[in-house]
Amino acid sequence: MFIGHFTERPYQDPKSGYFGATGKSIKDLTVSNDIYDPMLGSDLYNRYLDEKIYAEEMGFDGLMLNEHHSSPFCMGSTVNVEASILARITNKAKIVLLGNVLPIWDDPLWLVEQLATIDMISKGRLVSGWVRGTARESVSHNSPPAYNWERFQEAHEFIVKAWTEPGPFRWEGKHYQYRYVNPWVKPYQKPHPPIMLPGVVSRDSVMWAARQRIPYIMLATQLEPTRQSFEVYKETAREEGYEAGPQNFGYLWKVHVDETEELAEEVARKFVQGPSNPFNAGNEGTANPALNKLPGMTSRRRTLPTAQVATANRGGQLSRSFEDQVSDHTIISGTPKTVIPKIRHVLEYLRPGSVFFWDGDGAMTHDDQMRSLRLMGEEVLPAVREIADELGLDSPFEVDPKTGKKFEELQPETSDEIAAAPGD
Amino acid sequence: MSGDSSAYTEEEIVIPEGKLTMRTSGSGDPVLILHGELGFPGWRKYHQKLSEQYKVMAPSHPGYDESDRLEWAMKVSDLAAVYLQVIDDLNISNIKLIGFSMGGWLAAEMAVMDPGKFSELILVGPMGVKPEEGEIYDIFLNLAPDFLEESFLNPKSVEEYSLIRPEEPSPEQEELWEVGREQSARLAWKPYMYNQTLPYLLRRLKGLRTLIIAGKQDSIVPVDAFRIYNESIPGSSLNLIDQSGHRPEIEKVDDFLKAITKFLS
Repeated sequence: MFIGHFTERPYQDPKSGYFGATGKSIKDLTVSNDIYDPMLGSDLYNRYLDEKIYAEEMGFDGLMLNEHHSSPFCMGSTVNVEASILARITNKAKIVLLGNVLPIWDDPLWLVEQLATIDMISKGRLVSGWVRGTARESVSHNSPPAYNWERFQEAHEFIVKAWTEPGPFRWEGKHYQYRYVNPWVKPYQKPHPPIMLPGVVSRDSVMWAARQRIPYIMLATQLEPTRQSFEVYKETAREEGYEAGPQNFGYLWKVHVDETEELAEEVARKFVQGPSNPFNAGNEGTANPALNKLPGMTSRRRTLPTAQVATANRGGQLSRSFEDQVSDHTIISGTPKTVIPKIRHVLEYLRPGSVFFWDGDGAMTHDDQMRSLRLMGEEVLPAVREIADELGLDSPFEVDPKTGKKFEELQPETSDEIAAAPGD
Repeated sequence: MSGDSSAYTEEEIVIPEGKLTMRTSGSGDPVLILHGELGFPGWRKYHQKLSEQYKVMAPSHPGYDESDRLEWAMKVSDLAAVYLQVIDDLNISNIKLIGFSMGGWLAAEMAVMDPGKFSELILVGPMGVKPEEGEIYDIFLNLAPDFLEESFLNPKSVEEYSLIRPEEPSPEQEELWEVGREQSARLAWKPYMYNQTLPYLLRRLKGLRTLIIAGKQDSIVPVDAFRIYNESIPGSSLNLIDQSGHRPEIEKVDDFLKAITKFLS
């Protein structure tokens, strides 16, 4: 079992008017950064880094970061900068990027270099995921949405080649051209950092990941559609001639632990407060219809009929109340004693080899997060590991997702290869 | 939306890698009409009136409406070259070329590449050059119905407005708008709706009779862009129609027809 910690790093500003249960609903890409308070931003960036350090101390295997742009719900607009800092200030946890938004990079050689640098400084702790990004990412970096999927694929191929093949070489692609590729930085891990692919309920991206035999991480989806998607992966894997197991599956969902049941519920309700977050069920804010219709993000004809990607709706759970989410375990909160059986239920239901606990988000304070991390480390994580062992839930770092064989039985060089598919 | 379809003949023209929809009506000198960023706006009064004097040819560009997308085409000038090939294949000359909005940009690129093909060039509210004052309205961050509404100064008083922007667009119409926006995004996402070198290329049109016509109150393309067109094309005329937004051919159709008929005769 691989256990990671995640938060969107919300910009929490009680003065903004966009904060808290009664705050104004944020319409995507309509909030001016005129209200941005750099002193507060500075405190929050440091707070979220401190929480990652503490998460490692408490025994988390993975420190997960994501990236969004121009939006208060996620301060992680330069995920590689945060990862670089974690590379130096943490010691053993993997730094899991889910992920870099490939198509918005006009010069993916920067990604080749940055990610390899992070991998070296962290001594091989980088897990490098890719996403296509949402419409807001394309708008923010003025990246052509109609070529998003082409750029994703070409950047991926280019980065893998630059990581694995000796330079110098030329790259004359449709979207990227280089006459001298010879980065003086190489990944610590061989052949290169492993990939996990995050996504939502999208049949095509799940199948894509299955064909590449890389772990697919479902992001805060409801349990039944998540299980169905894992079945799609398994069926595709069988067609490809291998059996997918827990090592191929990951699941991220909201888990908060606290000292009493009352306190746990009070704090867990803050998941659906704070700055509106289109990915945070119950607090999505107001959708921007122009973003949902950004021309070309989803091709309307003739190109890529298999690449339709669900980005707006996480498994049909928009606007679900806190109570609804608690009732079906997509939010789990309580004391360690009550939380552990609920986590067991999720593990039994989905059988993932990797889990990411989404915590410390919405309107939760630093103290809320630190109490939860402490209790997780003291009681929850050890119990979850025991359950996972009992259920045979091996992580992709224990069992090769490509072969289903334990790494200790394999030659080290043959263990990891990479690929990617559209996520959000 | 398609207007009176009995007023014209519709056929498919085969081009490399696909087919184009071409609508034709009338006889006389050919008038090639290039639509804007959302696709063919339907057979409107200006099409009809022009077809009484000329042979009107109104295609849907590659990637718009039912015309096939050309995967390789990434710039407006790519479509310009495709159309010049179509003109060669149809073996027509002395063409009166009229382009609307983004289609005006396309017309300008075509004329620059092969000015001898055309007897007159009319650019109606053309995109394609970067205004020094103001910015071109962002059609990608605004929905098609909102864009269309913004394209008129006084939409309520315009006879054909409800044909251009129906109160409740059909799903088919909405899909066609999205298809158009997607194709336009493939051609003009960045730089947004202009070619930085076009003003310098336009000097080549010295010998081509050119009219730039636009609404004086255009809030989609700043009138400064029309000034740049006017100054870049030696000998061109600029006609700004008062009390009109971005679609003078709809909003002030009589004034519009009067101006271009005078120019063409």
